[in-house]
Amino acid sequence: MREEKVVVNNKVGLHARPASLFVQEAAKYQSEINVHCQDPETKEDRDANAKSILGILTLGVFQGTEITITANGPDENEAVKALVALVNDGFGEE
Amino acid sequence: MIELTGISASRGMCIGPVFQFVRQKLEIQEKKQVNPSEELIRFNLAVDTAKDQIDRIYEKALQESSDADAAIFQAHRMILEDPELISAVKKKIENEKKSAEIAMQETGKSFSAMMAAMNDEYFAARATDIMDVTNRVLRVLLDVAESPTANLKVPSIIIADDLTPSDTVMLDKSLVIGFCTAQGSATSHTAILARGLGIPAVSGLGIVALDQENGTDVILDGTKGEVIFAPDKAMIADYRKRIEAARTIREKALKFAKKPAKTKDGKVVEVVSNIGNVEGAQSAIENGAEGVGLLRTEFLYLEQSQLPSEEVQYKAYRDILKVFGKMPVILRTLDVGGDKEIPYMGLAAESNSFLGQRALRLCLVRPDVFKPQLRAALRASVGHNLKIMFPMVATTSEVREARKVLDECATELGIEGHAIAENIEIGIMVEIPSAALVADQLAKEVDFFSIGTNDLSQYTMAADRTNPKVAQLSDAFFPAVLRLVREVIKAAHKEGKWVGMCGELAGEPLALPILLGLGLDEFSMNPPMIPLAKQILRNLDSKEMEKIAYEALELENPDQIQAFIKQKIPFIAELVG
Repeated sequence: MREEKVVVNNKVGLHARPASLFVQEAAKYQSEINVHCQDPETKEDRDANAKSILGILTLGVFQGTEITITANGPDENEAVKALVALVNDGFGEE
Repeated sequence: MIELTGISASRGMCIGPVFQFVRQKLEIQEKKQVNPSEELIRFNLAVDTAKDQIDRIYEKALQESSDADAAIFQAHRMILEDPELISAVKKKIENEKKSAEIAMQETGKSFSAMMAAMNDEYFAARATDIMDVTNRVLRVLLDVAESPTANLKVPSIIIADDLTPSDTVMLDKSLVIGFCTAQGSATSHTAILARGLGIPAVSGLGIVALDQENGTDVILDGTKGEVIFAPDKAMIADYRKRIEAARTIREKALKFAKKPAKTKDGKVVEVVSNIGNVEGAQSAIENGAEGVGLLRTEFLYLEQSQLPSEEVQYKAYRDILKVFGKMPVILRTLDVGGDKEIPYMGLAAESNSFLGQRALRLCLVRPDVFKPQLRAALRASVGHNLKIMFPMVATTSEVREARKVLDECATELGIEGHAIAENIEIGIMVEIPSAALVADQLAKEVDFFSIGTNDLSQYTMAADRTNPKVAQLSDAFFPAVLRLVREVIKAAHKEGKWVGMCGELAGEPLALPILLGLGLDEFSMNPPMIPLAKQILRNLDSKEMEKIAYEALELENPDQIQAFIKQKIPFIAELVG
């Protein structure tokens, strides 16, 4: 299992095009990938399947939220590395 | 025989059978005995079929419609591939022994409700997407036709409550000769589509229109906004004759479409086109446009999930400019407000968005929106004759502020090593009465004006043109509006600046003599109207029209003014019927 924390810093958070890019990237890997975050107000724990656009959207990750990406499977290292890089890169937004 | 009057949404006349555009109800019945493995197979097959359908629509939208329309279907495909959604349906089938239909419907509804509950426009749109996809799968499972127009086999007049972009993508345009909608207005999606296709349309007919049976004959007069269901034989014969006469003139006009609009006394005016995407550009050229008087840029923003980047815009503008080579192309900067659904822009709903923070007012407080557009336009200008125009100007300080941002962009691009064309003309839309009244001051700040008569009419007459109850007041033929037009042209000419018009009035056969007489330099209209407008202008004498125009402006209302023009210039009377 591989786990890494990263702060989502692009403008719209994990919504719209960034969410769709994130899911498309996750879908390239065989590993099971989970995204975890905390509701900024209620501190409630939330989890979503990184390969599900609906799951990711309903997580409600806005700019400044820290998420934990966890992967489990044959390509877990590559998967986490790629997704963290995508987030850090701001999804290519200007 | 039933006669209905609505709002003219697209000019022209046609006769044909009714085709009611009805979204079929999906009736799902409980199954007494469910075999989960059978239902799983049915579900998997239905999902595959639905995916194929979406791929097909996506390709069609890419070719025929805008990228924005196409993107909707890309989003639909992602939803259909969503592991959470799919596994939720399968669980319902396996664990709760539900049929594929019920499992799909319940799952779609619960996901959709989850999105809708987030109380955010963006999620509300996703909720709609999920229900669209759910209904698509259900249609496959229930063996219901994919589109309400699947049975459309002969050229017909489409009648609908109202149509959305997703409805019209699947429509076989070669089988549509006209549109009638119960709701809608002269500016609805259906109206814009009809004008783009050059076929007649009437909006706002009321629900009676939806009661007419398929196959009933109907006469559609898009120019007058009238519809006659089940007309008698004499009436059909009379209309056929008029349609035939109009077609003959149109064909003649088309033959000379590429020739300039030189009036009888030798004055040449520019006839250009209003367009909103690359397809419009092609149609403009075919119809003899001498350039673009209004390039709407909203197509890049609507139905997107995020702001179009500078690069995306640059490519889009360049593609359009290429079509026109060295011809002038006037790009209007973003013209939206709280009435448009652009979730990612976070526009607050306003109690009266037509009087709110829209168009240039919005752009001036949103450099993140304004600057990428200006930079993209400036970059695309190289090698072409691009002009930039700001919409919704009310004061001179707004123009100065906008020009300052434009200068900043040009300087930044220079530092970054980007080339831009020299001597790009900068203009404004004159569509607010205040701008028309200080046109003499504004003329000193810009290179040209373009009069937007649709908004100028509704602001001058204080009548919402999308409200069928008062839309008649929002008519540019009222002398109040025409007198403003006269003053704007006078003020601009005094400063040596030229004036165009990009509102609907510029292509109105009965308005052309008046506008020519008032000294309008450039006429911009939808592509299908160009050949006829040119043909009419060629048959007019500009000096004679000056006299007629000034006389017309002394009359009291649109009816009087139009009757006066018909009486003075009989050949136009014959044309408009």
